[in-house]
Amino acid sequence: MKQPIYLDNNATTPLDPRVLEAMLPYFTEKFGNAASRNHAFGWVAEEGVDYAREQVAKLIGCTEKEVIFTSGATEADNLAIKGVFEMYKEKGNHIITAVTEHKAVLDTCKHLEKNGARVTYLGVKEDGLIDLAELEAAMTPETILVSIMYGNNEIGVIQPVKEISAIAHKFGALFMTDATQAVGKIPVDVNADGIDLMAFSAHKMYGPKGVGALYVRRKNPRVKVTSQMDGGGHERGMRSGTLNVPGIVGLGKACELCRLEMESEAIRLSGMRDRLESTLNKMEESYVNGNTQHRLPHVANISFKYVEGEGLMMAMSDLAVSSGSACTSASLEPSYVLKSLGLSDDLAHSSIRYGLGRFTTEEEIDQAIAVTEKAVNHLRELSPLWEMFKEGIDLSKIEWAEH
Amino acid sequence: MAYSEKVIDHYNNPRNVGTLNKDSKFVGTGLVGAPECGDVMRLQIEVSEDNVITDAKFKTFGCGSAIASSSLATEWLKGKTIDEALSIDNMDIVEELALPPVKIHCSVLAEDAIKSAINDYRVKNGLEAIVLEKSHH
Repeated sequence: MKQPIYLDNNATTPLDPRVLEAMLPYFTEKFGNAASRNHAFGWVAEEGVDYAREQVAKLIGCTEKEVIFTSGATEADNLAIKGVFEMYKEKGNHIITAVTEHKAVLDTCKHLEKNGARVTYLGVKEDGLIDLAELEAAMTPETILVSIMYGNNEIGVIQPVKEISAIAHKFGALFMTDATQAVGKIPVDVNADGIDLMAFSAHKMYGPKGVGALYVRRKNPRVKVTSQMDGGGHERGMRSGTLNVPGIVGLGKACELCRLEMESEAIRLSGMRDRLESTLNKMEESYVNGNTQHRLPHVANISFKYVEGEGLMMAMSDLAVSSGSACTSASLEPSYVLKSLGLSDDLAHSSIRYGLGRFTTEEEIDQAIAVTEKAVNHLRELSPLWEMFKEGIDLSKIEWAEH
Repeated sequence: MAYSEKVIDHYNNPRNVGTLNKDSKFVGTGLVGAPECGDVMRLQIEVSEDNVITDAKFKTFGCGSAIASSSLATEWLKGKTIDEALSIDNMDIVEELALPPVKIHCSVLAEDAIKSAINDYRVKNGLEAIVLEKSHH
């Protein structure tokens, strides 16, 4: 069977062979425990970890001591939000986040609500960005944390983090960001952006799965989080557990490659993305979702009205993409991110997300365009809604039998 | 989700896609589902004077299982009498297409579409609509 074209790089990215090469020795001859201080095996492993910490720090503009390795972005989100809530509860119990956040943030906040937190979920504007005035109005003296993602995983919009952090700091709150989709793709600088805590993950930037990091600011202000995993006191006591040395080495190498190649890669990706998007957007009744000015270079999210996303993906089995359609989720609800932009359910059901990556080629984009056009046209031939639209029937006036 | 071969076959080669003249008194049209729910099926039957379904057409907005369920329904309907058509149960469709539990609603929708098309035909021809069991969704 021919492999489909991989355009789901927001879900995960393939491991870069250069990353794999850096990792391999740490599975075999350099297998030591980085916490073994009394022999060479430990020292070698620790050296690998230290070097990776430098590589990570360099990418995001922090110092090595501010990098806490975790099992991934979900764990980092949990550690940041729960850790801040527990550490700063004397000061207040209020957290502000947004409805378009990843579930790792939303569900963590919901968990804390059961433990006495008050959480404000900011809505977003039609383009997916939060309203800064609304954020400012939501700030209270009890607000301890503002957690807003850097770049959205479904539509790719980039939130104005610099402005958001300034508002948070003005009211004495910390600013945390889930930057899983942004780190390695666009320049992220924790000092320029005013970030106090930041979660990210290796497998979204051509590194291995199962490893990520939390950036925790050490100066101006010194941020502390209560550990969520107790044990040997690894990672400055914030995250116990034997370090995943090969994974960490892989994360480090992935960060280094992203740092060196980001500038040219972003231009290449956005060029291909724009071509894909503008060609598909020429199709009748197709709509680009989310802000197109402030967004990641590699994501396009398009709704093809009158066809259903899962059916569409089935017709595009030569492409590995994802859809906001209900059928792709266990809940049978269409994407909450698209719905929060004010998209009607039927447009949310009709959406396809294209996530380009380092290994995407121009030829693949050509094929993706051809496959999509053919599939959309095929399904519209099958669609009673398309026929009604073509006959000039106003679908909103029909009394649908909801089921 | 992996689809059964039969679903894929109906999806790739849908039978009886099209439109019958909805104004004809020999044609019954059923339109069920809702765009917000992610599936809409339109199923039409053409019925002869002696109550036999001579033609059936569908168009469906929905996932692969919804398209396959309606395609299969049109295939089964052709040549059946109205009474025989009324006995088609959604579980027959589930079984034939090997639909997983999360896709059972697609077969229910197809059954609803059949019944709704038959009722449209009956009402047009001065017959009483059949009271439909509230389907289980």
